Amino acid sequence: MSILRVTDVSKRYGKHQILSDIQFSAEKGQIVGLIGPSGSGKTTLIKIIMGMDKPSTGKIEVLGERVPKLKLLQQTGYMAQSDALYQDLTGHENLTFFASMFLMTKIEQKERIAYVTELVQLESALKKKVATYSGGMKRRLSLAIALIQNPQLLILDEPTVGIDPELRQSIWKELARLKTEEQKTILVTTHVMDEAEKCDVLAMIREGHLITSGSPQELRTKYDVPNLEDVFLKAGGEAHADYSPR
Amino acid sequence: MRITALVKRIVLQLVRDKRTLALLLVAPLLILTLMHFLFTSNDVPSTIGVVGASSEMIERLESQDFEVSIVEKMTSSEEVVVKEELDGLFYFDGDKIELTLENEDPSQSGMLQAKLRQVLSPAVNDSTIEVTYVYGSEDTTFFDVLSPVLVGFFVFFFVFLISGIGLLRERTTGTLERLLATPIKRWEIVFGYLIGYGLFAVIQTIVVVVYAVNVLDMILLGSIWHVLLINGLIALVALSLGILLSSFAASEFQMIQFIPLVIIPQVFFTGIIPIGRMPDWLQGLSKIMPISYGANALKNVMYKGQELVDVQFELMVLSGFALVFILLNILALKKHRNQ
Repeated sequence: MSILRVTDVSKRYGKHQILSDIQFSAEKGQIVGLIGPSGSGKTTLIKIIMGMDKPSTGKIEVLGERVPKLKLLQQTGYMAQSDALYQDLTGHENLTFFASMFLMTKIEQKERIAYVTELVQLESALKKKVATYSGGMKRRLSLAIALIQNPQLLILDEPTVGIDPELRQSIWKELARLKTEEQKTILVTTHVMDEAEKCDVLAMIREGHLITSGSPQELRTKYDVPNLEDVFLKAGGEAHADYSPR
Repeated sequence: MRITALVKRIVLQLVRDKRTLALLLVAPLLILTLMHFLFTSNDVPSTIGVVGASSEMIERLESQDFEVSIVEKMTSSEEVVVKEELDGLFYFDGDKIELTLENEDPSQSGMLQAKLRQVLSPAVNDSTIEVTYVYGSEDTTFFDVLSPVLVGFFVFFFVFLISGIGLLRERTTGTLERLLATPIKRWEIVFGYLIGYGLFAVIQTIVVVVYAVNVLDMILLGSIWHVLLINGLIALVALSLGILLSSFAASEFQMIQFIPLVIIPQVFFTGIIPIGRMPDWLQGLSKIMPISYGANALKNVMYKGQELVDVQFELMVLSGFALVFILLNILALKKHRNQ
């Protein structure tokens, strides 16, 4: 059973077609990369998957159940593009707040908070107000919050945007570890091609259309190019000819 | 040039923000119009009861547009005034004349008294008129009547603003979206907000009321607990209205824009200007202003010393407003999530 299945999802706002017939799925223990430039509709798709927005047509299934369903959010960890944190609370208070949203007991909360803060190496800053955090620390805290309820599915919208290379690497190392050791399914959006290389499956999106999908190796072979950037350009060019009449 | 570029940018931004533009241009007109109607409808109260008056006296009063009703005095003058809903009662007893004024609004009473003296002046010596008051005394100032209303208004205003901006910040910083990515239900968010800010509203109410009564020596004939209860209800209405309207604002700036539209018109209907003397359509408007009920209840308890049963209608209407706003809040969050 796929952990996440996106079937023929389209979204339009008035005359604007944001997404057209997007289709892909994510299996247990996979990192799926949603690749595309900014404005391609990635965040809209994420919001539809989270149940915060409704698709115009098509459906989303998480763990075999159709979205939106409140109890699915218990199994879905979410990290938004912007650091949605309570600035005037401490890191620990933020974590406790979100942990309470998942109705965790005091003991569970304590254990999970200890675990996720160690994971993102924020132990020493836990008592400080988020307003004093650096950009990287805020991203790490956001990731910790996304993991707080120990979800099976992690949805990360541009988790590494605007952070230094060192931290970026440590976040990706962590994602890889979550995948292999805890068999988590991770959906991550990015527009950085070398991050795409670290995903098991890629879904490339351009102007709301899924232009191609497959593992990085498959895609390189299929389009007969040495790197993913060229895959994107080549696939995008072909798809473009398909969907936009000139 | 930098300056021209800056000016151009500001003009462009403002032109594109239709609502700010509308506020800038339409809201002042709206308020001016409202004030115009409010301050030009300043009739002197004119329902007078008389006991033992000569027919000549009655004629004289009626010729001055007073609505005269002849009452047989049975109980005390005060009771007659309240029961018959009179603005004043003349009791003629030979040479002695007693005038009992309702004095719900001291400034109106002053005008009424002056006009009555004028009517009677050739026939009756001023000094033989003995004036008593149903509410307050001759020392009662406009402020004494106004103060209960002000207490309610300030509670309303600040709770409205703070709760509104509170939820707004949650939306603009993205934390509301983050919150809605957890299994929390919409009504839980609304009630969380109501309770969270409600606590502060209660504290604020207590501080304001206690200060007003003990420090400012505000008239308090009724129970302070009743005053707190009424203010608590006013705060609940303000709270639910504040967070409701915040979902229609995209920034703190737009939230502030609701003040001249929502708050200031309500000021006019708090009883600062007597509602009973407004044109009918304005009186109708007062019925949709939550604060007019709160102000009325406060005035009745603080100034007139009434009990809760006497203001139960106002309390019920306030609760109704709160309930409707709360339900609308839960609906408004649908914009972000369906469940």
